[in-house]
Amino acid sequence: MPELSQWVGNLPLSQMMRRITWLIPVLQSLHILSIGMVLASVVMIDLRVWGVSRAGTLAATGRRFLPWLWIAVAVATVTGIGLMFGAPRSWRDGAFLAKLYLMGAAAVATLALPLVLRWNGGAEEKDDRFVAGFVATAALVLWLGATLAGRGRWIAGMLGG
Amino acid sequence: MALYVAQSPFGFSALDMIHIAAIAVVFGMIALLDLRLIGVAFTDYPVTALSRQVLPWTWAAFALSAITGALMFTGQAVKYSVNFGFQMKIVLMAIAGINVLVFHFITYRGVAKWDRDATVPLAGKLAGGISLACWIAIVFYGRFTAYYHYP
Repeated sequence: MPELSQWVGNLPLSQMMRRITWLIPVLQSLHILSIGMVLASVVMIDLRVWGVSRAGTLAATGRRFLPWLWIAVAVATVTGIGLMFGAPRSWRDGAFLAKLYLMGAAAVATLALPLVLRWNGGAEEKDDRFVAGFVATAALVLWLGATLAGRGRWIAGMLGG
Repeated sequence: MALYVAQSPFGFSALDMIHIAAIAVVFGMIALLDLRLIGVAFTDYPVTALSRQVLPWTWAAFALSAITGALMFTGQAVKYSVNFGFQMKIVLMAIAGINVLVFHFITYRGVAKWDRDATVPLAGKLAGGISLACWIAIVFYGRFTAYYHYP
């Protein structure tokens, strides 16, 4: 029973992708750029939620940065799927598994963001900011974790994975 | 230190991991400011306010990527020196650096006049465009560095 990554790697699509020598590096570059935008957007939202920035309401901050966050996540997802086919990684790779779990959790936090930012209609209720702060901080930590795990083969090596 | 980086697969991988995450943050933060300067995003946000929030993170992330990059370089200095991708990264960072200096010391002087304008003076737009193009290219050449075939 061949391993999944080997099975994917043997697909005609996968082999074709690797034959176009510049394709994988280009996909990786776009992946890194879009992840950068994801992280930056979350940082800007967090700065407002933490109170470091005072510009506008939480809702206005959401309206300003969430669209860019979503576009960036979309590009990261498309390039990520492309990379899964063109340069498949083994499910036994501990770092890759960690990345997938962290990404899943980050996606949940990201989906919750527009909700927690909009609950605060006009007045800055203390409770609203606490919830928003928790979700926004979690989103940043999780996306950062997923980013590091993306290149975290050394962690897997240390754990013997 | 150079020997450790050169000989330890863990050392290099750890540096590489931090380097790429850091450069992603640099690009993301700079892109926000560049998009504002070009005029395609956050046009209701004063340029000075955006700069004040974006730049500290940008500098911190850049310092981290520069340190990790320098450490990786010391491990294989001779090889990297002839690597075309690496050479282009250095050239592009120099261009980006000059761009920043020109923007900061000349264009930004008059920021009070156009801080809240949706449309920024041409010099500002150019600075944003050059910066964005440079950093996108730096990421591409950074990847190319890893794939470069030494003759």
